[in-house]
Amino acid sequence: MSEVVTGKLTRKDFMSDQEVRWCPGCGDYAILAQMQKVLPELGVPREKLVFISGIGCAARFPYYMNAYGFHTIHGRAPAIATGLKVSRPDLHVWVVTGDGDGLSIGGNHLIHALRRNVGIKILLFNNRIYGLTKGQYSPTSELGKVTKSTPFGSLDYPLNPIEIALGAEATFVARTADVETKHEQEILKRAHEHQGSAFVEILQNCNIYNDGAWEPITNRATKADHQLVLEHGKPLIFGKNREKGIRLRSDMTPEIVTLGQGIDESQLLVHDVTNPSMAYILSRLGPNFPTPIGVFRTVKRMTYDEGANAQVETAKQRLGPGNLEAMLNRGDTWVVK
Amino acid sequence: MTTEAGTPPRSKVPKRHEELEEVVVRFAGDSGDGMQLAGMQFTNETAVAGSDLATLPDFPAEIRAPPGTLFGVSGFQINFSSHDIFTPGDNPDVLVMMNPAALKVNLRDLKPGGIIIADTAEFTENNLRKAGYATNPLEDGSLVKYQVFPLDITNMTLRAVEGLNLNTKVASRCKNFCALGLTSWLFTRPIEPTVRWIENRFKKNPELVEANIRALKTGYNFGETAEMFAVQYEVKPARLIPGKYRNITGTAATALGFLAAAERTGLPLFLGSYPITPASDILHEVANYKNFNVYTFQAEDEIAAVGAALGAAYGGAIGITTTSGPGMLLKQEMINLAVMAELPLIIADIQRAGPSTGMPTKTEQADLLMALYGRSSDSSVVILAPATPGECFFIAFEAVRIATKYMVPVIFMSDTNLTNGAEPWKIPNVSELPKIEVQFRTDPQGFQPYLRDPETLSRPWVRAGTPGLEHRIGGLEKEDITGNVSYDPENHEKMVRLRAEKVARIAMDIPPTDVRGGPSGKLLVIGWGGTYGSIVEAVERLRGQGKSVSHVHLRHLNPLPSDLKQIIRRFEKVLVPELNMGQLLKIIRAEYLVDAKGINKIQGQPFKVGELMEKIQEVLEE
Ligand SMILES: Cc1ncc(C[n+]2csc(CCOP(=O)(O)OP(=O)(O)O)c2C)c(N)n1
Ligand code: SF4
Ligand SMILES: [Mg+2]
Repeated sequence: MSEVVTGKLTRKDFMSDQEVRWCPGCGDYAILAQMQKVLPELGVPREKLVFISGIGCAARFPYYMNAYGFHTIHGRAPAIATGLKVSRPDLHVWVVTGDGDGLSIGGNHLIHALRRNVGIKILLFNNRIYGLTKGQYSPTSELGKVTKSTPFGSLDYPLNPIEIALGAEATFVARTADVETKHEQEILKRAHEHQGSAFVEILQNCNIYNDGAWEPITNRATKADHQLVLEHGKPLIFGKNREKGIRLRSDMTPEIVTLGQGIDESQLLVHDVTNPSMAYILSRLGPNFPTPIGVFRTVKRMTYDEGANAQVETAKQRLGPGNLEAMLNRGDTWVVK
Repeated sequence: MTTEAGTPPRSKVPKRHEELEEVVVRFAGDSGDGMQLAGMQFTNETAVAGSDLATLPDFPAEIRAPPGTLFGVSGFQINFSSHDIFTPGDNPDVLVMMNPAALKVNLRDLKPGGIIIADTAEFTENNLRKAGYATNPLEDGSLVKYQVFPLDITNMTLRAVEGLNLNTKVASRCKNFCALGLTSWLFTRPIEPTVRWIENRFKKNPELVEANIRALKTGYNFGETAEMFAVQYEVKPARLIPGKYRNITGTAATALGFLAAAERTGLPLFLGSYPITPASDILHEVANYKNFNVYTFQAEDEIAAVGAALGAAYGGAIGITTTSGPGMLLKQEMINLAVMAELPLIIADIQRAGPSTGMPTKTEQADLLMALYGRSSDSSVVILAPATPGECFFIAFEAVRIATKYMVPVIFMSDTNLTNGAEPWKIPNVSELPKIEVQFRTDPQGFQPYLRDPETLSRPWVRAGTPGLEHRIGGLEKEDITGNVSYDPENHEKMVRLRAEKVARIAMDIPPTDVRGGPSGKLLVIGWGGTYGSIVEAVERLRGQGKSVSHVHLRHLNPLPSDLKQIIRRFEKVLVPELNMGQLLKIIRAEYLVDAKGINKIQGQPFKVGELMEKIQEVLEE
């Protein structure tokens, strides 16, 4: 199938022999490319990498990666990845999911994987649409979205993936975008380095069914005013000339202020990835604010897989390694002659 | 009766001893009265005394149903004998009744002349009314056909535990042990195993150890000293096959079977499960054995449970999931993924009664067609079903053997009564357990994910993490050999047929079918699963009467044994008793073009031997 490679791997080593079948211009290409670029830097042997996906355009991802891959069923990838990671903590397990796969049919598995803090890395490609099934609205589509299944507009209030992840007590929560290549690489690296589950929302353009869904945030011409790049320990500043900032009012609601005229950086909110209130405020800034990208929150907590394996070890120490003979003969026994 | 709290009375009253061959005892009371526990302990004592036995716990779904109600009655029946027995018995000889509702529900089953032991303290006006009695049956002469022993068990218990620091509520909860003690005396059962159990169970609370042991001994000693009990019965040990025995429930046997098989393979066991009656206890049991390289995962739902098990199998573990009907439905899509990915996966479906929530604590065998056909498209899996509680061990073991050898999902179909029932179990010798050799593919030379073993048609099992074998699998149709995604029409047909053929060939890897009774004759009765005991007994009794009837009990339901066709041909008629509307029946008729008839019962209760005999006889006389 694939050669055993020794020495430093390159981007090419992670490209599979399968022809990539996304629509030309799809944002998924860029994400795939960033992943393939980042992996050689992580120093993980190829065989230790596993990509597990559900169903959707995004979920085709594992086929294009030269690593272990399992394209499973709609919405369930986090469950499968959990079983794998718990029993094989030596593996690096990535989950690739879409906004429908991860938040609609698979919403339950997503929140439970995150709260358990299983050491898997979940990438949610958010194109605010069902791509593979040809363009129905998704749980992240805006209210009133007109699609084939909602000719009079959708009635569903959208979910915010970052809020869901924070609500599920995820220990690493971040957002990036398909076209923000450098930023994306950085976020992927940090997700990899995080101990525990990492959740990364990737704003992705579906140029066929929902073109321009992230336009103001990702378009070079407008992004400076619509993107808020989060950096730990740095004040929240944005704008073409870095002239705008975010400050907290006394009622704890955020406001946009213009720097100068008596307002300086010291009055602005300073990002802190360990502060849950900060992550919460940033996750729901509201429509008039720029959209944050970067790491919202990262904290340390025991991972589920560590805990599960520690229990096995403790049991072995306490009870000795499993003895079949003793197990079968447990309790009251008698002999028939 | 007790002189001082807890001290055994001194005087012994001479008793007549009577030997019995077989006795059926039923304990019943409120679901909070601890009747299941009393029954289980009595079973253990009986097992240790060397009798053959079979049990039938029968309890409501409510954990603590309102006291005194008819629907809240929880019962436990045990049949024990000095000869081989196969069923918990149709009708009890003895009822141990903790309240009027229990008596009301169970009296209709008691044999004429049977014994009733009743706790008079609970026969209050209020409880009598709740049970629908206008007058007290213990006093109004309505029970003259029976031997009635009205006893104030509650009060005896309270007096036994006097002096201990327990409030009345906690103290009176020990009354199940008092009733157990008395019943143990009545049938000369040793109470030491129960004493040991109490000591272990309550080891963190010495007061409770003392209280329960006092209650137990009070009951036992009461039998010995009270004049009202003139006879003590004895059931001699059964002449079982020589060997070392223990008492085992279907639940424990299933858990041990999975654990033993995983241990034999040398691989970790991953059990993913979501709590559901009556399967949860298997999860509880397995969770105690983490030192065997066991991971137990209580998932967020049944889909995640089976998904995690499949993920673990992908990583080279023995992936198992346990559930019951409603959960089974949820798992089917994931099982189909395992069919396509051709990974080993074991699914235990402990069947319960009815569609939807149905009757969660009652038995049925109506999931067979779902297991066979309840997935989209042509999707074959292996289906196995144990016949007795003890056999759950061997069938669970076999499930792991087949799943790993053939890279295929195996559904293990048990049921409520099998899993909750118990029997004496000859402990297998570890060295005699079948070998399970698992070989992971590690050689990159010539590796193709779907290149099959020419004999078994199994594809290689590659643990994720093996250098040089990186590859992709999934639910999309595979190209033969390479495993690449393929929409080629001929390839699809080929793959569907290959997957089916792989399962069909397993028929060559299963033991020849055992025919109980003559190898040919007038009538063949074909059963599967937990109806085994009732069918064996019915058929044996009829054969004793000279009837030409034989019995085959299937453990392998897919594929069916290859010799079954020939066996069926040797009989004039075929009868298929099932606790459903005729599911195996449909398969037998379709597979063998034989005009088989069914005997069907759908009441959440097992077949009685008597009712089976009657139906079989009707067919014989047709
Ligand atoms: C059980 C099940 N239901 C429905 C489908 C059909 N289906 C496939 S992908 C999909 C939606 C995918 O949307 P999303 O996760 O946003 O992925 P995208 O295609 O946009 O990347 C649906 C409904 C399926 N494959 N399985
Ligand atoms: S439909 Fe949209 S998401 Fe799917 S491949 Fe095409 S562009 Fe990408
Ligand atoms: Mg989408």
